Amino acid sequence: MENQYAIEMLHITKKFPGIIANDDVTIQLKKGEIHALLGENGAGKSTLMSVLFGLYQAEEGIIKKDGKEVQIKNPNDANALGIGMVHQHFKLVECFTVLDNIIMGVEPNKFGFLQKKEAREKVVALSEKYGLHIDPDAYIEDITVGMQQRTEILKMLYRENEILIFDEPTAVLTPQEIEELMQIMKNLAAEGKSILFISHKLNEIKAVADRCSVLRKGKYVGTVDTKDATIEELSAMMVGHNVNLHVQKEESTPGDVVLDIENMTVASKMHKNNAVKNVSLKVHRGEVVCIAGIDGNGQTEFVYGLTGLEPLVSGKITLCGEDITKASIRQRLLSGMSHIPEDRHKHGLVLDYPLDYNCVLQRYFEPEFTNKFGFLRKDNIRKYAEKLIEQYDVRSGQGSVTIARSMSGGNQQKAIVAREIDKNPELLIAVQPTRGLDVGAIEYIHKQIVAQRDAGKAYFLFPLNLKKLWTFPTVSSLCMKAKSSVNLTPKPQLKTSLVFIWPAQREMR
Amino acid sequence: MLLLLQYTLIFASVLILVALGGCFAEHSGVINLGLEGIMVIGALGGALMMRYAPDGFGAFGIIICVILAAMLFGVAYSSLLGVACINFKANQTIIGTAMNMLGTAAATVIVKAINTATNPNDVSSTIQYVDEKKAFIVNIGSFEFSWFMAVALIGVVVAYIVLYKTKFGLRLMACGEHPQAADSVGINVYKMRWAGVLISGLYGGLGGICYILSGVSEWKFENGVAGFGFLALAVMIFGQWKPSRIAMAALIFGFFRALSNVYFGFPLLVSLEIPGSIYNMLPYIICLIVLAFTSKKSRAPKAEGIPYDKGQR
Repeated sequence: MENQYAIEMLHITKKFPGIIANDDVTIQLKKGEIHALLGENGAGKSTLMSVLFGLYQAEEGIIKKDGKEVQIKNPNDANALGIGMVHQHFKLVECFTVLDNIIMGVEPNKFGFLQKKEAREKVVALSEKYGLHIDPDAYIEDITVGMQQRTEILKMLYRENEILIFDEPTAVLTPQEIEELMQIMKNLAAEGKSILFISHKLNEIKAVADRCSVLRKGKYVGTVDTKDATIEELSAMMVGHNVNLHVQKEESTPGDVVLDIENMTVASKMHKNNAVKNVSLKVHRGEVVCIAGIDGNGQTEFVYGLTGLEPLVSGKITLCGEDITKASIRQRLLSGMSHIPEDRHKHGLVLDYPLDYNCVLQRYFEPEFTNKFGFLRKDNIRKYAEKLIEQYDVRSGQGSVTIARSMSGGNQQKAIVAREIDKNPELLIAVQPTRGLDVGAIEYIHKQIVAQRDAGKAYFLFPLNLKKLWTFPTVSSLCMKAKSSVNLTPKPQLKTSLVFIWPAQREMR
Repeated sequence: MLLLLQYTLIFASVLILVALGGCFAEHSGVINLGLEGIMVIGALGGALMMRYAPDGFGAFGIIICVILAAMLFGVAYSSLLGVACINFKANQTIIGTAMNMLGTAAATVIVKAINTATNPNDVSSTIQYVDEKKAFIVNIGSFEFSWFMAVALIGVVVAYIVLYKTKFGLRLMACGEHPQAADSVGINVYKMRWAGVLISGLYGGLGGICYILSGVSEWKFENGVAGFGFLALAVMIFGQWKPSRIAMAALIFGFFRALSNVYFGFPLLVSLEIPGSIYNMLPYIICLIVLAFTSKKSRAPKAEGIPYDKGQR
């Protein structure tokens, strides 16, 4: 009987100091199927794929290819077996062309001299065959993230890999790019490639995968045919209990004004025009205000101006009756502002600091954390960090002394959210607070936001995508196209109190 | 005028060779601040070869032997940088600085020891090579052509081809830009960085011997190479790590350096009555100004200066 599995990973166990990343996990990938690997942040999906790709060695378990046991000690072994991987963070040299990146490592050459002509023909042919639309001579730094991802896909195809691993490929893409990627993946599977697709986004798995294996806290939960499973069932398998994807909330009763922005104008770093022009709005106590718009419409600069990362060109900001237009970032934070930044690596964490220091980044100077001689009170800092870790379920290898860089993206985000909410702010500015999080954590954060709102706090929410705006109905929401100032009062007749204003030339996707 | 051209070309040759050395190291991801020291040691190798080469080698034999000796010394000395910075992941800036100090000091000690051994009264750190130097010079009219000008030209062409047309060059530059990417496609980053550093030593040593043969016919090793290694780094930055641009940049810096040697040959410049030391300072001042204005736009290899650690993702 012919073996129907391209790759089998049987009873894989992989331990790290303080954590069992994979505990007796078995997955079997059929030839020509798209197999999703579903799990929460830190469930062990990436570790399992790293074992398959030879980046880690498993302590127990075996890997079989076409029914034969194989040893994968490093990425070269994986390549030789026809296993290719699109990493979450692309492995592309930015100042090289697409073609150079594709051939790197397997360069066609005569006596060491590059022979790019045949390589180019092969790349163009592959690109056409799978509808990748890629220009081999473009430089990586000039092309979009979606194109970069296709370069990674071409890298695998050029090497004639049969088994393709996609590690959270949609995390960095726009909705349209995601759709295109889904189509590409289907094309690849139709051509007989076997695909392992790591994700925690249920609708994507539902849309593209044939079968789905679920991991929870390092343990294998089960494998289901996606067409037979509902999204609710899948999420229950992943989290371990039923998840309510809609936020339960009471009607809010907005109080007095917390934040008052008058005619704010912020310059853009990308072009000479101002990114935010003359925007005015008020945020009240007990109110969640959403700002939505397609990327690059000024949301980022809006936040920069508000939090003090960028000086205002003109305008005035008042927080709790205090003029903070020219206040420093620390002053703003002390007067009750919290900020969950868009780029958690750049503005959220000091990556090479341990988790406990990261938890007190804005508060280390308080008497609780610094004694009167100016020395840090490490025991208090650690205790505080451990409280946050416990309360917000931040998972890491060594608890509060874990270096932030070594934590998974979702847990880094949880740590930031914990720090910012725990400050008990008057105004929380949350930019895509649930980015990279799984449904369980999203549910928790949404609950927190509503609870804080009900406790009389004000919120700015910048949702990841427009769909989320609908699944997370807010009391009064404001959408801005930052081209000009728009100030909207919520329309009560709309169920979700949402009003969209879009630039006329842009269609809503 | 011809003299100015001659000096410009010979100083530019030095700068080209040394800057290309820096260029190879940095493209592989290692900052080579030790070029100054490598130059001295390379010069020492060449000078010793000139001193001990038996007569009757012929001009061609001398040239080949001296060049090979300088390259060999440069490569051997640069391996210090390789061991410290690639294998032991030391701070590249500090190792480079240490190599500069060690280079001049070691060369001085060695030459003094040799001189004193031959003649107990001789405590100088000077090596003479009056006759051997002639092998490198071809007189074309009143223009003294040095074979090093040809060597530098070949050096540029070879560097260009190696970096942009070969498999090796593609892999080398990948290691300086994004070593994790290189590693993920099966390129041995440590090996490539070693290659970059050793090539850097080869070019640096060559530049060193070229420098001490550029004007005088004896060299006092206490003097080191007068900051030419650093000047070459400036040339490399000004040349944006590209061989062809480095050549252009070297010509500009070489011109100003040459001016200090021959300015008294120009009545106009003499009539300005600027002290000679100003002309001596000129290349260094120009270097400061140029870097102040261009370094903001410069695009260094991204991963340079960061030791590569396989475990870090």
